[in-house]
Amino acid sequence: MSEHVSPLVRDADGTNDRRPGTPRRGSGFLDGPHRLPTTPSATVGPYLAIGLTWPDGADAVAPGTTGEIWLRGTVRDGNGDVVPDGMVESWQADPAGRFAHPDDPRGSSSTAGFRGFGRSATPGGEYAIRTLKPGAVPDGEGGWQAPHVDLSVFARGLLDRVVTRVYFADEAEANAADPVLSGLTEQQRATLVARPTDDGYRLDIHLQGADETVFFAV
Amino acid sequence: MTGTTSSGDGGRLALPRYVREDAGARTPVAFPDYRSTGLRAPLRTPVDLPHRLTEITGPVLGEDRVAPGDADLTLRAGGEAQGQRINVFGRVLDSDGRPVPGALVEVWQANAAGRYRHVVDNWPAPLDPHFDGLGRVVTDELGRYEFTTIKPGAYPWGNHHNAWRPAHIHFSLFGRAFTQRVVTQMYFPDDPLFGQDPIFNAIPPAARHRAVATFDLDRTQPDWALGFRWDIVLRGADQTPFETDDDGDVA
Repeated sequence: MSEHVSPLVRDADGTNDRRPGTPRRGSGFLDGPHRLPTTPSATVGPYLAIGLTWPDGADAVAPGTTGEIWLRGTVRDGNGDVVPDGMVESWQADPAGRFAHPDDPRGSSSTAGFRGFGRSATPGGEYAIRTLKPGAVPDGEGGWQAPHVDLSVFARGLLDRVVTRVYFADEAEANAADPVLSGLTEQQRATLVARPTDDGYRLDIHLQGADETVFFAV
Repeated sequence: MTGTTSSGDGGRLALPRYVREDAGARTPVAFPDYRSTGLRAPLRTPVDLPHRLTEITGPVLGEDRVAPGDADLTLRAGGEAQGQRINVFGRVLDSDGRPVPGALVEVWQANAAGRYRHVVDNWPAPLDPHFDGLGRVVTDELGRYEFTTIKPGAYPWGNHHNAWRPAHIHFSLFGRAFTQRVVTQMYFPDDPLFGQDPIFNAIPPAARHRAVATFDLDRTQPDWALGFRWDIVLRGADQTPFETDDDGDVA
C-alpha cells in the first residue's frame, strides 16, 4: 500500500527528505536546536560609574596576597587621546592555571583570596587591576596556552564590549607556543604583550590607530 | 559541567562552545550616527578566538555583591524617590531556553527628570535627594529577577541637534561564562524618541524589539506600581555531542 501523497506538498514522494524549512513535508520534529535570539548589547554610556563601581572592583586577588602584582595600562582612542570614562574588566586563571569557577574540569582554583575577576574604571585613561600572575592553561587539545588574562573594554562610544588578551613579555618560550599568538603577525602579537614594571606589568590598549590592539571575536 | 572530561593537565578537554548570534542580529561595535563611536570603535576586523577554558568560565558573582535595599531604588537616604513607580521584572535565560539562576544583575538609570547622579551630568534638570539610580539583584532558581524603581526620564545629549535619549535602564549581566557577558539598555514601549536615537537604531531592525520591555497589567500592582516585563537572553552553550552509535531515536 502506497503512502498517501498530499497534493499540497511539493515533491511529497520517496525523495522527500522531510526537512522542515524546505518546500517539502516535514517530520513534525525540529531537526535542529531551537534557539532564543539573544538580547542585543548597548553602550555603557558615560554614567557607568553609577552602576558598575565596586569598592573592591580592582581586586582580582585579596590585597596583601603573596605574589600580588598590578596590571596597568592606558586606554587610548584613535586620536591618541586617553579614554577617561571607560571600564576594563579582567578574567584569568590563578598561578596554577586554574579558574575560580565550577566549570573548570580540573576543579576550581584553590588559591586563597583569588577571584580571578577585576573591574577598573579608567580615570585619566588608566586601568589598574590587582592580581596574581596567571599560570599556563591547557588549550583543551593536549597543548598549553601561555599565561594570559582576558580583558573586556567598555566605554561610551563602544556599542558592545571589545575583548583582548594580555600576555607577558617574560614568558617568551610559552608565548612562542601559544595557539592564539601563533596565529598572529609579529606586529599584532606586540599589541598583546605586557612589559614588566616595578609593581607588575603594563599593557596599553589602543582602540584605533597604527598600533591598534588586536581585539578578538569571542 | 556535564560532558566535560579531563585526562590530566594539558590533556584533551570536551568544552562547551557558546553560540554567537549572526552579525546581522547583533549590535555592531560602531555605528556612524552615534558620533562617539568614530574614534573609539576599533576599525580592524576582530580575530576569531576559539572558546577555551578562559572563555567558558567567568566570575562567580551573586548575593555577596548585593546589599539590602538594592532591589528597591525608590527608597534612598530615608525617603521616597519622585516619579512614576514601576516594577521591572523578567527572566534571564540562555539561548537554549534554560534559566540562568543565581546571576548578578546590575542596573543604573537617570531619575524621573532624566538626570543622572553623576559629576558630568549637569543639564538643568533637578536631582532627587532620594534617588541614586543604582540597583542590584540576583536571579532566583528559575532565572527570575525583579526590582522596583521609578520610570527614568528622557534627557538631551550632544550627539546631534535636539538629540534626546529615549527613557532607558542600563543592565549589566555576567551569566556564568566570559562569553556570556553583556551590558545593554532596556527601553519602554512606544517611545516617540526611538526614531531619532542612534543608540537604539544601532540595533539591527529585527532585534530592536528585544531591547523593549512590555507593559504587564497583570503584574501592575493596584494603587501602587506599573509592571514592565523584560526577559534577557544570554548566549547558550552547545554541549560537545557524545560519541554515539544510535541515530538519536528514542523509544
